[in-house]
Amino acid sequence: MTETTYLQAITTTLAEAMRADPRVLVLGEDVAEGGPWGATRGLAEEFGAERVRNTPISEAAICGIAIGAAQSGFRPVVEIMFVDFLTLAFDQLVNQAAKAHFMSGGQLQVPLVLRTQGGAGQRGGAQHSQSLEAWLTHVPGLKVVMPSTAADAAGLLASAIADPNPVVFVENKTLYFLREEVADDREPVSLGHARVVRAGRDATVVALSRLVHESVAAAEQLAREGIDVEVIDPRTLVPLDLEAIIESVRRTHRLVVAHEAIEHGGFGAEIVAQVQAAAFDDLDAPIVRVGAPFAPVPFSPPLEDAYLPGQDEVEAAVRATLGRTYGGEH
Amino acid sequence: MTDPAAARLDGDVGLGLLRTMWRIRLFEERVGQLTRGDEVHGLVHLSIGQEGVAAGVCSQLRLDDVVYSGHRAHGHAIAKGAPLHRIMAELMGRSDGLCQGLGGSMHLVDVEHGFLGATGVVGGNVPLALGSALAGRLLGGDQVAVVFFGDGAVQGGIFIESVNLATLWRLPVILVCENNGFAEFTPRSAHTNVERVSDVVAPYGVVRETVDGNDVVAVRDAFARFLENAREGEGPMLLECLTHRLRGHYEGDPERYREALAAEEWQQLDPILRLQRRGVNERWLDEEATVRIEQGTRDEVDEAVRFGRESPFPPVALATELVYAS
Repeated sequence: MTETTYLQAITTTLAEAMRADPRVLVLGEDVAEGGPWGATRGLAEEFGAERVRNTPISEAAICGIAIGAAQSGFRPVVEIMFVDFLTLAFDQLVNQAAKAHFMSGGQLQVPLVLRTQGGAGQRGGAQHSQSLEAWLTHVPGLKVVMPSTAADAAGLLASAIADPNPVVFVENKTLYFLREEVADDREPVSLGHARVVRAGRDATVVALSRLVHESVAAAEQLAREGIDVEVIDPRTLVPLDLEAIIESVRRTHRLVVAHEAIEHGGFGAEIVAQVQAAAFDDLDAPIVRVGAPFAPVPFSPPLEDAYLPGQDEVEAAVRATLGRTYGGEH
Repeated sequence: MTDPAAARLDGDVGLGLLRTMWRIRLFEERVGQLTRGDEVHGLVHLSIGQEGVAAGVCSQLRLDDVVYSGHRAHGHAIAKGAPLHRIMAELMGRSDGLCQGLGGSMHLVDVEHGFLGATGVVGGNVPLALGSALAGRLLGGDQVAVVFFGDGAVQGGIFIESVNLATLWRLPVILVCENNGFAEFTPRSAHTNVERVSDVVAPYGVVRETVDGNDVVAVRDAFARFLENAREGEGPMLLECLTHRLRGHYEGDPERYREALAAEEWQQLDPILRLQRRGVNERWLDEEATVRIEQGTRDEVDEAVRFGRESPFPPVALATELVYAS
């Protein structure tokens, strides 16, 4: 076992992929210097400026170049510094990358990874704090990955780079420096397989990214009251491991879906719809969603703190689905 | 002092260019008819009148050179070698189309012939060509990437982003602008104060040239110089071809925005008639050869239509099967 951070896991995986395959390229703003968090630190020194390419602040063209290189046999990993800036590259991502294989009748492949990071909590204001993954999941042709741990970040990134399709890899800025023990002989984590983070009998919480940690904390708190919560991290939204969620719901009969993104139109709604269609008879209570209010992320610290869903909201949602009010009353 | 012998076009080259332009012209005329007859579907943009650019450029490319195009792409695909019958079947939405009927007129792709594709979003193809050029250079080959776009694409931000990056990274990409003076339905003067696209890229140090795009030989000569340098790894370059679209923006466009052309004006602008006059003057073309090329091409287009009509529509399930590569 080695102690590592989520960020180090990404750096290490990128380096391993570049060592193993000369077709892997890294492109993005400041990537040769490591980027703002250091995710690409050391890569330019090891692999040179041809393969680790600093770009101007031109998100659309960076994505387009990566798509073209991917169509011509390379495996580019693009870094978009904040998911908020992905809006600038949406034509390339949505109209080109996602549809190239389909529109060409299967002739073209776009083995592209677009790494980016989202989430609030660092007083970044409304344009540097969003969780926009639901938009991406609405586009056929894209795969969408959201790791919550260092081990998953490494394993999923390895699989994303090996995948013949465009994969958007959404990291979370507040998780970057979280330390964890990681096995030395790591295996890639295949896309489309959920992880049961914590087993439980009374209710299932399906949580994304940062909310996985918040949900585990909520589960531990509830365990003190004798409420046994199962926490599932889907890890990839597209493809979604619906089976793992359904299997859990068939045992617990209660479901909470938790993410930091705005609840309205969030990916939680899709999970809810799919679960009720597949397992309506297994549910003993309405499914409860946890997400942010329908407002941009506010800047002022007390407002941002109040805006962000976390452990308390997950706890309350579990209590609601169990029909319990605060304090453990029935 | 011009050497008249050097100015003379090689007969085989001339006939090749003529044949390519006729193939584009007659194919697209038929596509226009089939669009009105509801056999070709969707938004169809014809390049009739602009064939000289496609022919002049693509006639010099190798199979492993990569071409990208935009929404007005039939001519570029044909000139790069995509077979007429597969394009026709695609426009008809059939199984044997280049893209199994999933692409259509604005999204033709023929990987086998290095036509990496048309895109329906104006300007969106430019960075893709840069990416293919980068891939080619990293692989150490001398293949080049060419991207065709109209003057309307130049007003989009991604064009300048791409030009900046291509020059910064010295990518062996040749940008070919078909400046037909119209961005969709309005003249260029209504969109920008910069008359020439070559002026737009000037500050970036892009090697550039503006030619009469309806003179296929002028296009060919200018492109040949660029190509030679691109093979040596130089780039990017921009070839601006002043041309004239003889059809509307799309088939069915009422074209209220312009006057119909007088016959003699058309004679001047039509790249095919111009090359034929030259061929006759230079004695590598006569009436008989002209008829033979035209008739041979008509037969080929007839055959393409027959092929398209006989090809089945794809199975409905195809739409969900080809979303992801495996």
